[in-house]
Amino acid sequence: MSSDTKKVLFGPIVDNNPIALQVLGVCSALAVTSSMTNAVVMTIAVMVVTAFSSMFISIIRNQIPSSVRIIVQMTIIASLVIVVDQVLKAFSYALSQELSVYIGLIITNCIVMGRAEAFAMKEKPLVSFLDGIGNGLGYGAVLIVVAFFRELFAFGTIFDFEVLPLIQNGGWYQGNGLLVLPFSSFFVIGLIIWAVRQWKPEQVEKD
Amino acid sequence: MSDTKKSESFGGTLIFVFIVCLVCAALVSISAVGLKPLQQANKLLDNQTKILEAANLLEIAGNDIPATYEKFVVGKMIDLDTGEFIEGDVNAFDERRDSRDLTKSSKPENDIAGINRRANSAVVYFVNNEQGKLDTIVLPIIGSGLWDLMYGYVGMNADLNTVKSVIYSADFKETPGLGAEVLNPRWKALWPGKQIYNSAGEVKIKLVKGGAKQGDVHGVDALSGATLTSRGVTRTLQFWFGEEGYGPFIAKFRSVAREGGLK
Repeated sequence: MSSDTKKVLFGPIVDNNPIALQVLGVCSALAVTSSMTNAVVMTIAVMVVTAFSSMFISIIRNQIPSSVRIIVQMTIIASLVIVVDQVLKAFSYALSQELSVYIGLIITNCIVMGRAEAFAMKEKPLVSFLDGIGNGLGYGAVLIVVAFFRELFAFGTIFDFEVLPLIQNGGWYQGNGLLVLPFSSFFVIGLIIWAVRQWKPEQVEKD
Repeated sequence: MSDTKKSESFGGTLIFVFIVCLVCAALVSISAVGLKPLQQANKLLDNQTKILEAANLLEIAGNDIPATYEKFVVGKMIDLDTGEFIEGDVNAFDERRDSRDLTKSSKPENDIAGINRRANSAVVYFVNNEQGKLDTIVLPIIGSGLWDLMYGYVGMNADLNTVKSVIYSADFKETPGLGAEVLNPRWKALWPGKQIYNSAGEVKIKLVKGGAKQGDVHGVDALSGATLTSRGVTRTLQFWFGEEGYGPFIAKFRSVAREGGLK
C-alpha cells in the first residue's frame, strides 16, 4: 500500500478527522451514540454511502455541469441512502426499527457532501472511494468513542452486555441521566477534540 | 470547473440531469422492489413474535416462530363499534392504512390516547394452550407516547380483565433509558395479574408515579423519568379498554361466554 493511499484511508481517523477537525456531521453523532450497536451500524452505513457516492461522483466528475453539481451530488447520495435503508430493513429489521430515522438523515450529513465536493470532484474514482471509506472510519472512530462512554455510564452496558449493573435491574449503579440525552454528546465530543489537540497541537486553529 | 464542457450548455445540462435521475430512480426502484419480500417477511415475523411474547409463548416457540404462531394463534377481525366479528382477511388488514382512510375510520369523541383517527375494525388474536383451550386474547393497542405514536399488544386472560402482558413494539421514538424502558423486562414483569376493570366495570388500570402500592391490582409502577410516556401508556390502555376501544367487543364476548357459547 503506497503512502498516499494510506494517507487517504487512515488520515481521517486522527490527523484529519471529519468530526474532530473538520467539525462535520456532528448532528448525527449526537443522535445515534446512545448505544454501541447503533454507532457501529451508523458508521457502516455512512461509510458505504460516502465511499460509493464519492466513487460515482468521481466517475462522472468531468461530465457534471457545474451549475447543477450540488443537486447531482445530492441525487446520488440520496439514492444511495435509500438503498442502504432498504437493505437494512430487509436484513436487520430490529436495527432498522431503531435507526431508520437517522439513516434517512445521512442525506444531510455534511461529511458525505463535504467529501463529494472537496475530494471526489477532483480525484480519480478509486482514490475517492478510499477517501470515503477513510472518512467513514474517522466518523466511526469518534462515534464509537462517544457511544462507549454514553452507553457505559448511562445504561451500564457495552454492546448491550451488562458491565455496571443498574439499580433498576437489581444492581448498584445509578445510570447517568444526562448521558442518556443526545446533547450530552457535545461534552464527550468536546473532550475528544481537546484530547486530540493536546496530542497533535498542529490541529489547533490560529487565532 | 472552469473549463467549458459540452454538458455546460443548457440542453446538455438538462440531458445530464435527466440521465442521472433515471439511473438513480432505477437503482432505488430495483432495491425497493427486490427487497420487498424480505422486508414483509421480517415485518410479519416481528408481529408474530410480539403476539407470541404477549401470550408468553416465546419460550415454547424457540426458533420456530411461524409454526408456533400457526399452531396456537388465530386472528379474527372485529368491528370496534359493535364488537361483532366481521369477515375480512386478517393478513391484509393494515391499521395504519385504514386509520387514514376517512371511510374506514372515525374520530374518537374522547381521544385520550391521542391517535386522532381510529380504524373501524381491528384484529384480535385468540391464543390457545396445548390442550386447544382458549388461553390468551391479544389485543393490539396504539397511543401517543412522548414523541410519537407507540404500537403494542396487550395479552389478556380469557376473562378479558386480567392482564398477562403489555408488549410494545420497538419502532417508537421514545427516549432511550427513559420512555424506552417500556421494553425493560423488569417493567414488563410488573403487569401479569393486574386488572383492567373494577367490580363496577369501570376502567381503572393506570401507571402510578412513585410506584404502585403493594396489592394494588389496578396500578403499575410508572417509568421513572418518563412522566409523559407513562401518562401515554395509561391513557392508551384507558382508551382501548373503554367504550371507544374494545369495550363493545369485551362486553359481547363476555355475554357469549356466560351463555356457554365460548368456543
